[in-house]
Amino acid sequence: MADELKRTALHAWHREHGARMGPFAGWDMPLQYEAGAVSEHRAVREQAGLFDISHMGQVDIRGADAAQFLDYVLSNDVLELPEGLSTYCLMCREDGGVLDDVFVYRLPDRFYVVVNASNTEKDVAWLKNAAAQTSFDVEITNQSYETSMFALQGPAALEVFSRAGGKAESELSRFAIDYDTVGASRCLVSRTGYTGEDGVEIYVWNDDAPALWERLLQAGSYLEGGLQPVGLAARDSLRFEPGFALYGHELDEHTTPPEARLKWACHFDRPFIGRDAILKEIENGLSKKLVTVRMVDRGMLREGYEVHAPEGEQIGSVVTGMYSPTLEWYYGNAYVIPSFAKTGTALEIRIRGRSRRAEVVKRPLYRPAYKSS
Amino acid sequence: MNFDDSVRYQKSHEWARKEGDLVVVGISDYAQDSLGDVVFVELPEVGSTLGQGETFGVVESVKSASDLYMPVGGEIAEINEALTETPETVNEAPFADGWMIKIKPSDASQYDSLLSADDYKAYVETLEE
Repeated sequence: MADELKRTALHAWHREHGARMGPFAGWDMPLQYEAGAVSEHRAVREQAGLFDISHMGQVDIRGADAAQFLDYVLSNDVLELPEGLSTYCLMCREDGGVLDDVFVYRLPDRFYVVVNASNTEKDVAWLKNAAAQTSFDVEITNQSYETSMFALQGPAALEVFSRAGGKAESELSRFAIDYDTVGASRCLVSRTGYTGEDGVEIYVWNDDAPALWERLLQAGSYLEGGLQPVGLAARDSLRFEPGFALYGHELDEHTTPPEARLKWACHFDRPFIGRDAILKEIENGLSKKLVTVRMVDRGMLREGYEVHAPEGEQIGSVVTGMYSPTLEWYYGNAYVIPSFAKTGTALEIRIRGRSRRAEVVKRPLYRPAYKSS
Repeated sequence: MNFDDSVRYQKSHEWARKEGDLVVVGISDYAQDSLGDVVFVELPEVGSTLGQGETFGVVESVKSASDLYMPVGGEIAEINEALTETPETVNEAPFADGWMIKIKPSDASQYDSLLSADDYKAYVETLEE
């Protein structure tokens, strides 16, 4: 089994640096390093952390109708997305179910779509099929396996990136993307991330990836304890606190954007695949809604746990369970029937056959700390 | 990796140490290292009686929940209440302050059937890649 897992260009580095590896979406990925998930999480909140997220998929989309095409297959406004900027979008089925959540970057000559590793093949097939069934002039190329992707995140991330020879903070506004050269590595860099901290995401060809990784670590060596490599376990808790969805948990094909509180990522003024079904659902009322819950009794939430009304019937289930290193307490996300979604609503969670008290809390648990520039 | 040789072990990675007429139980250094950051420990009620091999609690790390098994049968005489507030003690001192329960054993011979530190270490080596 393990032999069939895909490896990033940094695989050997992770092994040599004490990473605990594990399978994720068909890749053998670092789950945590020797520091441990909680320390890695805190390093990103307090200083900076470096993530190898090369499992993420990258799709290059170009052609005369690339903007119109993406505006139609994705939920958010791509048509009017300015060159050099990016936006968060959902890719939906006709019935509104979410196929994936993606980031779209607009470059001068093309679009760059970053997709979830677990969905890469499905997304590329869906996009190609959608292109074939319409008359849009587009060329779709899956670059996932040639591309490495790093995230450098945290209050010191931009300083580290600039020390490494990359763009300065003032040269890259929030959500911007641009070409850059860091050392000898030609790359794309965007001021985006998935942690609730400021920072950059970097896209580089696999051949250049190890040298760039080392260069970033070197540039961050001035930080107390050095620049912390961060595994997928801390990536999960870092995305959970500011309320970002993780596909397969908060999102799947049986969940629609408004149910996941992602109506803001939909442009309803123009057609897109899934729009009509989503509008109809909003009109008729949602069947479930995403909530963040806090344990009142002590206990760790896990995906799949039943959510009940106090001393009552099941009204939902947990999709993410988490110990929040920032709040030092037990939280989770659950889908519940909408009448139980109000902040302050008392709930019960079935944990190993016993009922534990929980309550719906205000989202997000952690307000993202982005600089104003 | 520390294999404390003043305690006995079982293959599910709990250790047991005789303390007067009680048996103190925790999880091994190997177990805490494999689990990663421990964030929650659920322990049984004092006074309950459980047989050897029965589940006495659960240890939860960031990514997983693992059952804890009685290395010897008997009555739960004491639990480590401090782990409620500071479960990370299991990571920091698995053989000392990270202890979990004290058992009043019902059958003293069960302790003797547990693994020595050397045997446990040899067993753990078979689990490594």
